[in-house]
Amino acid sequence: MLHFLEEAIKGAPKKAVEKLIVAKASRRDFLAGATAAFAIGAYATNADAFARHKTGGDFMPGGVKYDPHTFISIAEDGQVTIVAHRSEMGTGSRTTLPMVVADEMGADWDRVTIVQAEGDEAKYGNQNTDGSRSLRHHIQSMRQMGASVSHMLAAAAAAKWGVDVSTVKVGVHEVTSGSNKAGFGELAADAMKQPVPEFEALSFKDEADFRYIGKGNVSITDLHDITTGKAIYGADVSLPGMKFAAIARPPVVGSSPLKYDASEAWATPGVENVMGLRITGLASAFSPKGGVAVIASNTDAAIKGRDALNIEWGESPHSGYNSEAFTAEMRATAKEPGQILRAEGDTVAAFAGAAKTFSKEYSQAHMAHAMMEPPVAVANVTNGACEIWAPVQSPGDCRAHVAGALGMDPANVKVNVTLLGGGFGRKSKHDFATEAAMLSKKIGAPVKVQWTREDDIQHSFYHTTSVERIEVALDAEDKVTGWRHNSVAPSILSTFAPDSGHQFFIESGMGHLDMPFEIPNISVENGKAMAHTRIGWFRAVSNIPRAWAIQSFASELAHDLGKDDVDMLMELIGSDRKLDPPNQGFPDNFWDYGEVYDEYPIDTMRLKNVLKLAADKGGWGRDMPEGEGLGIAVHRSFVTYTAACVHVKVVDGQVTVPEVHMAVDCGYAANPERIRSQMEGASVMGMTAALHSGVTFENGAAVEGNYNDYEMVRSTNYPLKTHTHIVEHPFSVHASGVGEPGLPPIPPAIANALFHATGVRKRDLPMGVDV
Amino acid sequence: MTTVNINGVDTALDGPEDTTLLWAIRDIAGLTGTKFGCGAGLCGACTIHVDGVAVRSCQATVGEVAGKKVTTIEGLSADGDHPVQVAWRDINVPQCGFCQAGQIMQAASLLNENPNPSDQEILEGMEGNICRCGCYERITAAVKQASTGI
Repeated sequence: MLHFLEEAIKGAPKKAVEKLIVAKASRRDFLAGATAAFAIGAYATNADAFARHKTGGDFMPGGVKYDPHTFISIAEDGQVTIVAHRSEMGTGSRTTLPMVVADEMGADWDRVTIVQAEGDEAKYGNQNTDGSRSLRHHIQSMRQMGASVSHMLAAAAAAKWGVDVSTVKVGVHEVTSGSNKAGFGELAADAMKQPVPEFEALSFKDEADFRYIGKGNVSITDLHDITTGKAIYGADVSLPGMKFAAIARPPVVGSSPLKYDASEAWATPGVENVMGLRITGLASAFSPKGGVAVIASNTDAAIKGRDALNIEWGESPHSGYNSEAFTAEMRATAKEPGQILRAEGDTVAAFAGAAKTFSKEYSQAHMAHAMMEPPVAVANVTNGACEIWAPVQSPGDCRAHVAGALGMDPANVKVNVTLLGGGFGRKSKHDFATEAAMLSKKIGAPVKVQWTREDDIQHSFYHTTSVERIEVALDAEDKVTGWRHNSVAPSILSTFAPDSGHQFFIESGMGHLDMPFEIPNISVENGKAMAHTRIGWFRAVSNIPRAWAIQSFASELAHDLGKDDVDMLMELIGSDRKLDPPNQGFPDNFWDYGEVYDEYPIDTMRLKNVLKLAADKGGWGRDMPEGEGLGIAVHRSFVTYTAACVHVKVVDGQVTVPEVHMAVDCGYAANPERIRSQMEGASVMGMTAALHSGVTFENGAAVEGNYNDYEMVRSTNYPLKTHTHIVEHPFSVHASGVGEPGLPPIPPAIANALFHATGVRKRDLPMGVDV
Repeated sequence: MTTVNINGVDTALDGPEDTTLLWAIRDIAGLTGTKFGCGAGLCGACTIHVDGVAVRSCQATVGEVAGKKVTTIEGLSADGDHPVQVAWRDINVPQCGFCQAGQIMQAASLLNENPNPSDQEILEGMEGNICRCGCYERITAAVKQASTGI
């Protein structure tokens, strides 16, 4: 997200238009060609085992790296060490990517150790763990590096035994040729001195020979440590002489302390220092908000001291931010024509000639991520160098920004990535690490900055608030002939630079412009809304309000026309086709999640397929008892297709969800077990978003502060059973991520199910648990 | 200074008696398996056992547990093989894992008090523990497996 924002601020986005298929030689060509000497007999012949394609990863800062020496090492005893360069926040990428390497190189997973990379994108390639990109951008490089080492082991063995390499087989953690046999460890030193083969010279495993990839038989690497309390998260790092800090931050963005009385803070046992944390210039981008810091000998004293501060805060231009009034403003704006982002056909004529029109409006409140681990970071600034330990999603960006804040060369800043106790986009913003670095520099000792839950919810980079208005024109046969969708929401851009109040190309690409319905006249519009708090991104980002609006609207339209919801969606999506953005009124800067469009086109066949799959598995169309209903929604996000069929049952006047059927098409399913866990988690978080998640502002400050007023779904009312149905594909159908795409269909599917259960239609998120 | 028995070891905890037990365990005793999630007894991430019963350590003070037996996730079993921990691994419960120590301590306490809970008793017994990643379905299954062996 971050580098796209920087591009957007600078002007035109760098377009991922380059179409480049780099797999010049198929395996068949390669076997017949001069490089056939590298053939490894153990591999089945399959010309299409792996045709490498271009991904958006090549356009990311640091790009994608292919050097096995960076990622893989083999010890004399055969233990294989694989570097995980993406941050682990619960999706399993720290396990799945190394698992791909291990399988392709022939390593036995029980003899693999995973080490976490520090933030160094020049070395490891892009590390910004965001945008459901880890698998999408790095599965190919992991396969390639695994295959490279396999070839290098074979070449080393051939040299050692004086045999032709074509006779060498790489098995599980061992290499053989006739009666010769050696373990990986014996060959490691020689193998790693072999030249790294070019992609074209590599052969890859046939999918049928995968032992881990696509199987779901590997547990996450940290499982034992997590269940025994040994796993290390941000707050679990301790350094000799480390001090503990808590910070009072301005409740309103743009405010700063006028004066403060720290006498009670100083009187708190354990408090050692109180100091202003001055931020020069606007608190923008990922800069800390400033405030007053209390330094203590332990976290308890720091928090108690911080809470004892008496601070008078100055005014801010945002002191008048009130959610209720702001939503009313957005509603008024949504009713007016907006900036037209996509114009296909003649919408004005379609509405002028309509037999009837139908319009509805949907809203969403701000959300905070509320990951279980609040922001926390440890920093140690010494002698012009800085070392950070923190749960950050983008250690490379963290490194650059901390260096900037300290006036240091990034080469002197080291960022160690711990496990993340949840991220959801919040830990893409490393303000907490910068706070720790600034304080450590100030006091000349290591510092841990611990945020409380209230800090987290009240000083977030919030999911935007929005109003989405959709209006359709229908002809005399009830066919939709015109579509107008005006989305009004403060933009993420506002956090980075003074903005126009309009959405930028990334936000517009998330379910708004790329609306897949087959309607001849389409106007995608955006009305102005200025931000009055820090807007950031939250798992699935703008896809949440767009899916909420479009998928609720489709159900409402179905009801109005006396049609079935699934039939209505099938009719709206229309024929099997790939959308053709340049000829369908899309703007030149249409953003397909940073990918080359032709590699990841919007494919209505896949969209309809997941819709049908969810409907079939969920028993769509069956009679439901009084107070129960099914609801459905389908959405493409992050180039993955998901649909949810949700069963809602009203119990004692409250919404409950006995069952969810999720259908997901993420291309090749590299780790079905973690795909299921992501869908189960999205089902829960989707229910929380639907029923509970709303941060509201009064006089510029967030009202909610902890899990009592910013509630979460709990064990007594969660989607009791989430069935995940994965569309099966060969490896040639590009794997895409699943961290975010499960979430958007859930809130509208719940609302649609609630409507069918009760006749009550909810249009505003959060809708509340009470019917 | 207060002496508290933590995981079978008498541990001297510097600081006032009203020091929050969670932070004494983490910052002073150096046992970091117990997590801070909300500081208000709302999420269960800091769950420990005091004399075998689940307690939110963010809501207790050092003084309150003087002379009592405190058990943290590190002390739940010698080799990490408490039936609840084993079930957690069999079912691949965690995603980010941050809340899981608290969930496991809560489940162990629940099963200690009620070795064969009904499904509803499991759901109610685990209500105080939030998992933002949304692992509830697997948590429930793991508690059930730990109680029944299936």
